[in-house]
Parts: sequence; C-alpha cells; structure tokens
Amino acid sequence: MAEVEETLKRIQNHKGVIGTMVVNAEGIPIRTTLDNSTTVQYAGLLHQLTMKAKSTVRDIDPQNDLTFLRIRSKKHEVMVAPDKEYLLIVIQNPTE
Amino acid sequence: MEIVYVYVKNRSDFGKQCNFSDRQAELSIDIPPNPELMEQFVIRDPVDTGSQCSCDMSEHEVNTERFEMETRGINHLEGGWPKDVNPQELEQTIRFRKKVEKDENYINAIMQLGYVMEHCIKQNNAIDIYGEYFDEEDEVEVSDEVLSAKTINVFRDPHEIKRTATHLSWHPDANRKLAVAYSCLDFQRADVNMSYDSFIWDLENPNKPELILKPSSPLVTLEYNPKDSHVLIGGCYNGQIACWDTRKGNLVAELSTIEFSHRDPVFGALWLQSKTGTECFSASTDGQVMWWDIRKMNEPTEVLIMDVSRKGVLENALGAVALEFEPTMPTKFMVGTEQGVVISCNRKAKTIAEKIVCTFSGHHGPIYALQRNPFYPKNFLTVGDWTARIWSEESRESCIMWTKYHMAYVTDGAWSPQRPAVFFTTKMDGTVDIWDFVFKQSDPALSLKVCDEALFSLKVQDNGCFLACGSRLGTVTLLEVSPGLCTLQRNEKNAASSIFERETHREKILEARHREMRLKEKGKIEVKEEEGEGEVKINQEELLALTEKEFFDVINTEMKRRGSTLKKAVSKVGAQRGIHRSRRTALEGLLMS
Repeated sequence: MAEVEETLKRIQNHKGVIGTMVVNAEGIPIRTTLDNSTTVQYAGLLHQLTMKAKSTVRDIDPQNDLTFLRIRSKKHEVMVAPDKEYLLIVIQNPTE
Repeated sequence: MEIVYVYVKNRSDFGKQCNFSDRQAELSIDIPPNPELMEQFVIRDPVDTGSQCSCDMSEHEVNTERFEMETRGINHLEGGWPKDVNPQELEQTIRFRKKVEKDENYINAIMQLGYVMEHCIKQNNAIDIYGEYFDEEDEVEVSDEVLSAKTINVFRDPHEIKRTATHLSWHPDANRKLAVAYSCLDFQRADVNMSYDSFIWDLENPNKPELILKPSSPLVTLEYNPKDSHVLIGGCYNGQIACWDTRKGNLVAELSTIEFSHRDPVFGALWLQSKTGTECFSASTDGQVMWWDIRKMNEPTEVLIMDVSRKGVLENALGAVALEFEPTMPTKFMVGTEQGVVISCNRKAKTIAEKIVCTFSGHHGPIYALQRNPFYPKNFLTVGDWTARIWSEESRESCIMWTKYHMAYVTDGAWSPQRPAVFFTTKMDGTVDIWDFVFKQSDPALSLKVCDEALFSLKVQDNGCFLACGSRLGTVTLLEVSPGLCTLQRNEKNAASSIFERETHREKILEARHREMRLKEKGKIEVKEEEGEGEVKINQEELLALTEKEFFDVINTEMKRRGSTLKKAVSKVGAQRGIHRSRRTALEGLLMS
C-alpha cells in the first residue's frame, strides 16, 4: 500500500509531468491528480484507444501483446500503461 | 390484293352513339393454295433442330432493406460506478476507492505499470527521442547515371579540297556561333587549289556557314574577342596576324605587316585583358611571342624570344605551339613549345632574363594544348605526345598527374569549365576522351569515337555541356555530354583540390629525394676522382685472385661435406680457370644450395 503511494508520488514529481491517473476498466478514477471530468474524459477515450491498439497488435501476431502506448501531440505526451483491469495514464511535457 | 370493307352512313347519323351487335362471320376472301408454288420448295432431309430437356427455372432478385448504422459517442461525465454506489455521494465514492486500493491485484498492477511508466518518463526527460539529430548529413547520392555524350550536329567543310579544322572558338555571348579556322598543317603538302577561307558557323544551320572569312593565307588559329563579340583575331599560316570585324564584312579589317610578323605559322593567338579590349598576343614556332594592339597592326608592341637560356638569342629559341593566358592572372602567361617544354613567363618583368620565370619539361613531343584549371589556376593541363599531363606550378621537375601512354597521338585537350576534375582530350584515331579523375584515374570516364579520321582541335562551351571537335577533313562535330559530366558534383571541388595537393606533395617529396641522391652522387664522384687511374687496374687483379681463392675454399669445404662424387665434377670446373666472374658466382650459388 505504501509502495503504491510512493510510486505514484514519485511519478508525479518527475520533471515535466502534468498529471497522473489510475482508472479502472469501468472508467472510475481510482487515483487522479486532475479534476474529475477531465479524468473521466481521458479514461473513456484512452480505454477505447488502448483496446483498439491491443487488438491490432494481437491481430498482427497473436503471440504479441501491447505493453505501452505513447501519444505525442504538439502540446504534450500522453503515456498509457494498460493492464487487465486498470490503466495508468500520465501526461508529460517532454523536454524540448 | 386488298381486303376492303365499305360501309355507308348518313350524315345526320354522325356522332350518334355506337350500337354494337353480333354478326355472323362472313367470308371476305378465299385464297386457295397454289400447287405450282410447291415447285419452288425443296424438302429438307435431314433436319437439324435443337431441343432441350430440362427443368424450368426462374430467377428472382431480392434486396434486403438497408440496416442503418450510426456511430455516436457519449461524453461521460462520470465513470461507470457500480449500482450500489451513488456517484454524487462523496462518502460512498471514497469508500469504493479505498476498497479498490486495498485490492491485491491493484497493488501489483500499479507496481508493474509504474515501473514501465517511469522508464518512459525518464526517457522523455533525458533526450528528445523524436528530434532530428542527423539533419545535416545528406544522403550520399550515388549517381548511377550512365555517362554519355551524343553528337548533336556536324559541320562539314563545303569546299571540295578538305582542310583540317585546326582551331575552334565559341562566340563569347550567345554560344550559338562557332568560328573555325581551316588550314593544312602538313608541311608543303597543301594543295595549290586549296581555299584559304575560314568560316563562322551558326549552330542552327549546318549546311551553310554564316560568315566566310577571307584571309590572304590560311588561318591556323582564330579567337573571338571575349569583350567584343564582333571582333576576331586570326593567326595565319604565313606568320601574319589578321583581325576581323564581323560587322564590316568578311574581308580582313586589319593585317599585320609581313616584315614584322612571325616567320612561321602562328599557332597561338589570344586576347589579353585590357581596358581598351584591343590587345592580343601571338606565338609561333619561330620562337617569338609578340604583343599587338589591333588598332595599330603594322608593328608589334612587344616581342619576346623563347630562349630558355635567357639570353634572347633567336637561334636557341624554342618554337611555340600553344599559348595560355588566364584573365585572372594578367601578368603571367605560359607557352608550350615544340620541344616539349612549358615556359612560364611574366610579362611585367623588366629584363628579358626575368621575363622567363621557369620551365617545365616532361613531354617527348610538341605540346599541343595548354590550359590552366579554371577552378585551381595553379594546376594546368598539357597535352602532347601520347599523354595528357597535369602540372602544378610548385613542382617544376615533373608533372603531378599523367595519363597512360595511348596508342594514338593526343592532339588537343581542355578542362571542363563547370567541373574542376573533368577534362577532355582528342586523339589522332578520332576519339574524344572525357577524363574524370575524381571518378577514375587510370582510364577515361568516357571514350567516344567521333569520326574515322584524326581529330585536331577541341573546344568546350562555357556551360560545359557542349563541345566541338574538328577533324582532319574539316568536319566539326558538336557533342553534348550527359548532365552528370557538366554539373558540379557535391564535394567535387574539395576532392579535386585534395587530389592536386596530395599529388603535388608527393612530387615535392620525390624531388627532395632526388636532390639528396644527386648530392650524394656528386660527393662520391669527387672522392673517387682523387684516386689515380693506375690503382684501379691493380685493384682488379687482386680482386680476381681473392675471389679465386675464396671460390676454391668453398668448394673444398663442400667437397669434404659431400664426398668423392663431387670431387670429380669440381676438379673439371676448377680446370677452366679463365671463366668469367659471374659464372663463378653462379656456380657458387648452385653448389651452395
């Protein structure tokens, strides 16, 4: 329990990190540093995208699986670490 | 035959309602069959008809009604809370969250994911992984382009008695005109009826020359004035210099007086860089270089005798065949001679001795072409005998680069004005060689056979794409080279300059070595001269006796080693005492092995 806290805190304190969220498969934010509506929005959209990416990877090679998803946009980078039930989402402003 | 039924009606009955009633069938016409027509028919036997025995089928099309689909998104403002949790109630949600956080799965999952996530975050922080790092490095373009050159046009000498096209000059501005000097260079073999005319050709019209220049003696060389494209200077076979103005017509505008002109054909005439644009100089095999001002052609303004011993004596002079002048270096000029020596001169020097700066010798025969590299003027190309050589001003004893000895005499050469590493040469077997020493040094990059007779002259146009070559029968061929040979390649300037520097350096090292060796030899000769001649003979006798003794010693030891069979052979050999020293050593060697 404490390690979880520590891990999440560490992640949040990294340079450039704007927000961290842990969301479950139903879209309920378990832990978040942003406001509720943003979190729920991210959760809903990213869940679908992750599912799609996962199925794509598995379609190409059934032995393969998605480990990480990174979306780099003009403003920042969204990193999604998927799990069976949960999603860890971090929004970071990468160093230019 | 018409079948007609007629009926009559009163006019007052028109428009009345029709009353239809049945009537018995009436026979209108009865046409009996005509047996005579039977004759026109033939009974067919057998008869071919198709029949089919299958079940009847029918075809129907059915289209279902379209299933309407629509994709919609729902913007959730709240997650999918389980039924028992009321999302509005903060207490309940917190309780739910706490429950999840206690879940074993959750903890493991977060640890796992956190690890991966941290890696990526750190990666992001460390470097910009999407940045362009190797922007400056351009892809190395290997030009796979096949080098080629094709003939665009051929200009033939319209006269019956063919003369050699000895010199070509491109029009300075438009490059659309080519001036060709025709003459016969074979000594005293020129036909009596040979015409003296030279032509200016327009590239568009190969059938008829644009302008015919009529000198009093055939022209060996002809040059356009780079400043004024209407003026041309020509060097005649009899040694005179003639000047034309194309606006004034085809007769000579100015002609030098025969007393003060050259005594031999003028092989080189070039325009000089001057404010008035009227100065030129000429060189001939009589060993003189003369400077002229075309406004006053009766006398040369200056004369220089190509005497390498720097005394200005005409008898020792070397005949000049090629002349070189680079507008960027107006005080220097170079002369290529019949004897295979290139003389570099300084015009501005006060005394005759100083005028001749240095000489470069290396060719076995007359130097037919001499040109500085347009990009690196310190290096120049000479063409003569069977090779083309590249020299550097710094290395005076030998050339820095040279081609192999060809089967045919090389008659003319020129650098490409666009590429520092490319030059062209023509040979007596009618081939044009295009050399690119950044690409290949042992062979020409491209070798084309232009015509069957010998090629005598070559001139490249300023854009480097076109080159004209003149042959012995007066045929001028215009060639276009592929773009790879006339566009500056990437890094070519650097590569060419590094090649030049490297070769110059190598030559310098060799020169230094030679000098050292020469000094050593000089020293040795001096020491030897001190010993008298008589001693030399005695030395030889002693040497002979010594070697004989040594020889027999060796034999004896060998014999002892090998036994009696050898004894017999050696005793025979030993009997022939007067054998040459070399045979002795050979025998020694044999026996030793």
